[in-house]
Parts: sequence; C-alpha cells; structure tokens
Amino acid sequence: MMNIRRRILLQGSLTAAALSAAAGAGLLVPGRVLAAWPEKAFKMKTMPEMLKELLGAEAAEESGDINIKAPDIAENGSVVPITVTSGIAGSESISLIAVNNPAPLVASYELGEGTEGFVSTRIKMGKSGDVVAVVKAGGKLYSARKEVKVTIGGCGG
Amino acid sequence: MATNSIKIRAQLKDGVTTVKALMTHPMETGARKDSDGKMIPAHFIQEVTCESGGRKLLTAYWSGGVSKNPYLSFKFNGGKAGEMLKLAWMDNKGESASAEAEIK
Repeated sequence: MMNIRRRILLQGSLTAAALSAAAGAGLLVPGRVLAAWPEKAFKMKTMPEMLKELLGAEAAEESGDINIKAPDIAENGSVVPITVTSGIAGSESISLIAVNNPAPLVASYELGEGTEGFVSTRIKMGKSGDVVAVVKAGGKLYSARKEVKVTIGGCGG
Repeated sequence: MATNSIKIRAQLKDGVTTVKALMTHPMETGARKDSDGKMIPAHFIQEVTCESGGRKLLTAYWSGGVSKNPYLSFKFNGGKAGEMLKLAWMDNKGESASAEAEIK
C-alpha cells in the first residue's frame, strides 16, 4: 500500500516538474491554453489596436460589399441577432465588433477554403451603438457598420 | 455544466451547404454579479471549429459577448450529401463538447 502511494506521488511530482519546465520554456503560457485564441485582441478597447493585433492591419476600408443584417432597435441587448454577408472575393475572415461594449471585440470567424463570406450569430450589446463587421480578404481589411439601438442592455445583472 | 448539448443541422441546396448550430452554454462574461452582489466568474466558449471530410470549414473565436446558448450559422461549397460534418467547442475552463451531423 505504502509503495503504491509512493509510486503515484513520484509520478505526480514528475509530471509537475515537466509541466513547470515547459512553462519556463514558454511552451505553456497560463491563460493561453488555446494557442490560437486571440486573448490580447479581445481585451483591447479601440478598433485600430484591436485590428492590428488580430488581423495585422490598423485600418479597414469601408466597403459596400459587406452587408450587416441586424435589428434597428433591439429590445433585449442580451440577444441581438447579427448576420454578416461579404460579397468580397476571397474573404478569409469576418470579425464582429460592438463598439460600445466593455469588451468591443465579440467574435472572429476564420473561413476555410470554400466557406462563403457569411456568418450568422447572436451577440450581447451593453448599450446602443454601432456593430462593425471587418472582413479580411487578400491581406486587406474592409468594414461596414450598422447602428443598433438597445432598449435594455445585455451586459448588466 | 455537465449537459453540454449541441444541436446541429447541415442542409445542402444548389451546391451550398448551410450549417446551423445551437449550443448550450451559459456564456458568462465575468463582469456580471449574482443576486448577492458577488461576481460571477467568466465562463464562455472561446473556440468553435467545424470540419467535414478532413477540411477545416470554420474556426470561430468568441468572447463572453456572444449570447447565452450560442447560435451559429455559416455556408460552404463542395459539401456532399451523406458526408459527416463535425462541430466542436472549447471554453475558457477547458471544457469541451462536439457533435456530428450528416449533410442532407
């Protein structure tokens, strides 16, 4: 009995040692378990720095080829349906930003080859403001915005 | 949350497959307080991936700004009826779930 415990203990400490070694080498950064999840961009407050961090460029050109379907008035800010359609050839990603949210970057979608420039989702909006869709195509950024008036905010308790 | 359910449907029409998925998840931002005034810890899906036939169709990165019980829809070309489509998510606590659907 004692021996088995000792084995388990040894194994446990070995794993812990390996883990801390990996962390020390920068392989395991706490809070970034998902290597790809762009944590920094999600914490940023302004569009240019967010776009730079997430998509590699600060400025997005306004485009009439991006259509945002969202309600003019959202009675309930905790569920605002948003549909973005991009007619830009070679759209690689679509990102959604609710400008007046405490954490403005809401979602970012990477489109695989053959996937159309279309995403539909439901987001929370703390208060009235613009919803911006940023599309990356051919290394350039394009954007469109739509104002949504929120009657009851969706970020409070 | 133990009941991690995903409802998913993939419908093929005129060469374009439309995927619609509904996930069960609290999607807590971490900025909300409960009735006793205590902060509710953040708990939200961070990453959703969808693939079919070894092809990556969509990767979604989400914050707590996506509504509770998230809905996601997208479209792709080249899907074939009878092929399977897999959707998986992982949240900020490392919990995950996945579901498959046949393209119809």
